[in-house]
Amino acid sequence: MSVAIKVTVNGQTHEHEVEPRQMLVSYLREELGLTGTHVGCDTSNCGACTAIVDGQAVKVCTMLAAQADGAEITTIEGLAANGTLHPLQEAFRETHGLQCGFCTPGMIMAAWQLLERNATPSDAEVRHALEGNFCRCTGYDNIIKAVQHAAESA
Amino acid sequence: MIPVAFDYHRPASVDEAIELLSDDAKLLAGGHSLLPAMKLRLSSPGALIDIGRIAELNYIREDGGTIAIGATTTHQQIASSDLVSANASALAQAASVIGDPQVRNKGTIGGSLAHADPAADYPAAILALGAEIVVRGSDGGRSIPADEFFIDLFLTALAPDEIITEVRVPAADKSAYVKFPHPASRFAVVGCAAASAGGAVKVAFTGVANAAFRDSGVEAALSGGLSEEGIAAAAARAADGQEVLADHFAGEEYRRHLAKVFARKALATIA
Repeated sequence: MSVAIKVTVNGQTHEHEVEPRQMLVSYLREELGLTGTHVGCDTSNCGACTAIVDGQAVKVCTMLAAQADGAEITTIEGLAANGTLHPLQEAFRETHGLQCGFCTPGMIMAAWQLLERNATPSDAEVRHALEGNFCRCTGYDNIIKAVQHAAESA
Repeated sequence: MIPVAFDYHRPASVDEAIELLSDDAKLLAGGHSLLPAMKLRLSSPGALIDIGRIAELNYIREDGGTIAIGATTTHQQIASSDLVSANASALAQAASVIGDPQVRNKGTIGGSLAHADPAADYPAAILALGAEIVVRGSDGGRSIPADEFFIDLFLTALAPDEIITEVRVPAADKSAYVKFPHPASRFAVVGCAAASAGGAVKVAFTGVANAAFRDSGVEAALSGGLSEEGIAAAAARAADGQEVLADHFAGEEYRRHLAKVFARKALATIA
C-alpha cells in the first residue's frame, strides 16, 4: 500500500507516494535530500531529528510521513533567509554552541520552539526546554549561552 | 529502524475509526509509544488507524463542574491549559513532566491512558482526581471510572473494539502530582498524585506497581486531616501490602522508600 502526501517543506510544496511505514525523517532526508535533520538514536530520545511541523517541534524519527500529509514543515535548512543566518544559527556560531555539530540542528529547532513560546527564558527554562536533546560532546553550557544570546539579539 | 509493513487508514470520524478496528489494527494518535514499539518490532500490527486529525477528539472544556478533555488532546495542550491548572492541577502537572517538549507536542492523553505504561504519569493523577474515561465501541458508549480502568501492566478495561473519546475530570479543591523521574527516560520511577475535593482526600501512585493504584491505606490514615503529623503518619503507610516493582535502577526497598517520600510531598502540597 502507498499513501499520497502533500507537504510544504521550507516553503516548497512536494507531492509523493510514500509507504505507510516510512518515517518523516527518512522522507525528508532520502526523498527531499534535506539531510540537515539528523538521525541519532532513532528512538525519540536524543532529539537530533527535531523539525518544526505545523508550528510544533517534533522528533520526526517517530512520526510517519503519512501523518504529515498537509503539514507545513520547517527544517534547519529553512531557517536562514536570503543568505542571512537565523539569529539562533548566528548565536550558536558566535558563542561556540557546537562542537562536533551532530546535535546542533535538533538543538536549534528545539530552541526555536522555546523562544517562540518564551522570548526571555531563564537559564533553567532553557535547560528544561532542551531536555529532549542530547549533546554527546556535552557542550551544554555553550548551548545555553547560544540560546540566551539569540534571545537577547532577537 | 523500520517497522513491519502495515496498512494506513485516516478516518474522518470516530464512527469510521470504530468500523476499521480489528484484532490486527491499532489506533495511532501521537504515536510516541506505538511507533517506537513498532520500530523495535515489539509490535507489528497489520494496520494503523490514524485518529490524530479527528477534530471532534481534540478539546478541553468545562462541563458543569467537570473538565472534559478530548482523547487526542496533547500533553502540551493540557500542561498549558488554564482551565486544567485551575481545576485539576495534578493533571496539568503530570502533563508538564511527561518526556520532553517534543514528546509533549505529539503525545496524547487518550493514547497514554490506553497504553497504560506502568511508569506513565497521567494514571496517578487520573485516579486521585476520580476521573472517568469515556469510550465508544461498536455497541455504543460507556464511561469507565478510573478506579476500574487500570488493570495490569499495559492492560486496561478498554475492550478491543473500543476507542477512548474523552476524559472527564471532576474539579478538585486542591491537587498535586510529584514524581522522581528516571534520570534518562524521564518516566516516573515513583509518581504520586493527591487530590482533595469536598473534604475527601485521594492518593494514587504510578511507577510503583504493575498498574497505577489508589492507596487506600494512606487515604484511611488521613482521617486526622492534613496536619504535618497526620501527613507523616499517612505517608509512612505508602504502598503497604502492595506488590512493588523492582528493576536495575530502583529495587523494591528503594521504591517503597520513594513512595513514602513522594506521598508526603504530594500531600504537603495540597495541605
